[in-house]
Amino acid sequence: MSDEASPQVLIAGNPNCGKSTLFNALSGGSAHVGNYPGVTVDRTTATLQLGSEQIELVDVPGMYSLTASSPEEQLAVDALTESNTRAVICVVDATTLERGLYLPLQLIESGVPVVIALNMMDAAARIGLRVDTERLSELFASPVIPVVATKRRGLDALLAALEAQLEPRSGIATPEVTYPAELQADLATLAPVIARWRPQMPASQHRVFALWCLLSLGEDSLRGVPDEVRKAVGNIRRAAAERGRNLDLEIVSSRYVWLDRAVAETCSPQGPKPSWSERIDRVLTHPIAGISIFAVVMFGIFEALFAGAEPLIGAIETFTGFMQTQSAAILPPGVLQDLIVDGVIAGVGNVIVFAPQILMLFLFIGFLEDSGYLARVAFVIDRVMKGVGLHGKAFVPLLSGFACAVPAVMATRTIERRRDRLVTMLALPLMSCSARLPIYILVVGTVFAGQSLGWFSAGAVALFSMYTLSVLVTLAAAAVLRRTVLPGPAPTFVLEMPPYRWPSAGILWINAWRRLRVFLVDAGTIILAMTILLWALLSFPKSTEVSGHYATERAQVLQSASSETTKAEALQALDAREAGEQLAHSLGGRFGHAIEPVLRPIGFDWQIGVGIIGAFAAREVFISTLGVVFGIGEADEENKPLRQALRDARHADGSPVMTPLSGVSLMIFFLLACQCMSTIAVVKKESGSWKWPVFLFSYMTVLAYLASLAVYQGGQLLGYG
Amino acid sequence: MKRSLVDLPLGQHAEIASIDCERRLSRRLMEMGLLPGTRVRVVRVAPLGDPIELRVRNYSLSVRRAEAAKIAVRPEGAV
Ligand SMILES: Nc1nc2c(ncn2[C@@H]2O[C@H](COP(=O)(O)OP(=O)(O)OP(=O)(O)O)[C@@H](O)[C@H]2O)c(=O)[nH]1
Ligand SMILES: [Mg+2]
Repeated sequence: MSDEASPQVLIAGNPNCGKSTLFNALSGGSAHVGNYPGVTVDRTTATLQLGSEQIELVDVPGMYSLTASSPEEQLAVDALTESNTRAVICVVDATTLERGLYLPLQLIESGVPVVIALNMMDAAARIGLRVDTERLSELFASPVIPVVATKRRGLDALLAALEAQLEPRSGIATPEVTYPAELQADLATLAPVIARWRPQMPASQHRVFALWCLLSLGEDSLRGVPDEVRKAVGNIRRAAAERGRNLDLEIVSSRYVWLDRAVAETCSPQGPKPSWSERIDRVLTHPIAGISIFAVVMFGIFEALFAGAEPLIGAIETFTGFMQTQSAAILPPGVLQDLIVDGVIAGVGNVIVFAPQILMLFLFIGFLEDSGYLARVAFVIDRVMKGVGLHGKAFVPLLSGFACAVPAVMATRTIERRRDRLVTMLALPLMSCSARLPIYILVVGTVFAGQSLGWFSAGAVALFSMYTLSVLVTLAAAAVLRRTVLPGPAPTFVLEMPPYRWPSAGILWINAWRRLRVFLVDAGTIILAMTILLWALLSFPKSTEVSGHYATERAQVLQSASSETTKAEALQALDAREAGEQLAHSLGGRFGHAIEPVLRPIGFDWQIGVGIIGAFAAREVFISTLGVVFGIGEADEENKPLRQALRDARHADGSPVMTPLSGVSLMIFFLLACQCMSTIAVVKKESGSWKWPVFLFSYMTVLAYLASLAVYQGGQLLGYG
Repeated sequence: MKRSLVDLPLGQHAEIASIDCERRLSRRLMEMGLLPGTRVRVVRVAPLGDPIELRVRNYSLSVRRAEAAKIAVRPEGAV
């Protein structure tokens, strides 16, 4: 952080209460806005001019309380205790006051100046709720300002109250919650220990912090808590348990007793949930209608990502190709031209090609979140996800994995707990994404052309098996990861079901755009760098012997007496063959040769090995790399000469390389291997460290190799291939 | 005999008697306002039978059956 000292104001509140909407309204900036509890994971900030002061406004992730047991939950407490935190705007959804006031009570108890923004007053008015804000603010010893964040109502009053709260104060008034005498004694025991841990903390806050420790510590994974404090808390908890006391219950229920009285005194009794929202729920969670609508919505998303994005992706690819030919025509031939054309432009193309799917997926997810339907999606499908230890919220990311792992990994941020998010993120690249399809098509067209199995064509059966296998392996991987690498309690499913609301198009657009921008900058840099690296690997060193040889051959062609068109064709063929030989000579090509002994047992030769290395840039590149390796030049999956070349390829002993068995082995390898640096880049971005993408790559590669080995060797034993 | 939330007929109000699950979860539920004496009602069951949706303190919350089974309830006003 650049300016440590700049004063900050936090915007805190329950998930989904309108924090980001208020943040945007106050800052005029564009923070993430969603309707799915717990979306905000990043720290979103903006500068706000308040009177003569410049303060930093921070949009804190949604929370129900300050109590923390994981580093993620600790974020908020850390932000609160930072010395430059001057005040907190606590946003409370007026329609869920009875529960929503728990957090501000906890905040105010902690001694930080708080302004309560009573949000969604429009919705509250519709259900006939009236709040005596004056009395409420007396009880809470803090200003309570009614606002409607979406309509920017009440913002001036809010800012005025905030400014007043920023004034230095002498004594801090806090609401007086009555805790049982025994608990008071416990707090008195703990206070001196806290004082040693936090010497700079005012003595008046030691007891409050002791409350926080009693409630948070034990079976936690919090960082930076001294052993002395842990031991003291442990002793108190043990002594309490021996006497049959439940400390958690004592603390929380004392607060709710106070809150219930405050609410009873200031709010009119609330009516039931709005009847139209209830009616929508009756349909959307109905056994037949609910599941049908669920299936249709999910299919719609899938179709849009899979087919709808296709023209845009095609256009981007065409444009990249156009830029490549243009640059090749302008720049003098040589290494610089190659670097720009095959390294830089190809790399930029590799990044922006994801834009359509990312934008679409986040527009969809934004709509589902803001409308409240995403919580129902999780509600409807949780039963299925629970079986493999996943959260109901993992469904949309997994489904998106069929189209492309990159936006799908980004979509896991709707999952609240980090551990659950990681499991999903590490399993979903096994879903057969659309970039694998061309490879299946090439292989099927090469080895299964015209064959059939009973009523079906062999190719169709192979394709269908790949997709089925991918789903099974993904779910199995999730279940295994959950038990091994990321053990811990199965995700609990305690999810608030927000009322239905109509999302605002502008906000949806801002959110999707923000996600895309972060991807382009953060993951994009990694993808670009890796593309250039791969280009260098497959281009250097160049063999002067090969280029000399082809220069002579070209001269011969030019001197021959044949027609211009024959000459041109001959030259093109020479170019393609030279490229193939140069590729074989490059580091990547040599590496392909070097690993051939490893590839033989799974039915591949060095040429496929080079293709696999090239495919790391993007799976589709496998095919164009093969085209170059076989000296054919430009090729796609429907390319006849490439299929023929593959069929004609022979091992040293004269046996064909591509048999139906080695074809199946190749498809399985591509299905299971993490042959995609963009996935690696985005997992790095979303998990925050290189550890997880490295793990992902390793486990998928080992899995792919072992599966291909089993298929190829097993198949040979059974007499296939 | 102890009755839990899963035994509660759909739509019938009851009072929470106790929450006896793992500490992390019980603490979370309590902080979300599910305490002994709090009025609660099961609003609906997910199409596949699990999870279930509760109505408590004027908001809706869904929990899995396994968790709801650990929330004991008693008839309203019976203490
Ligand atoms: N009717 C009404 N809707 C609002 C108001 N403020 C926010 N909303 C809606 O409430 C939903 C949630 O708003 P967000 O700003 O995303 O809430 P949040 O607290 O940032 O949510 P998380 O970051 O997910 O915890 C959106 O659909 C908003 O449009 C309001 O004053 N009145
Ligand atoms: Mg938010």
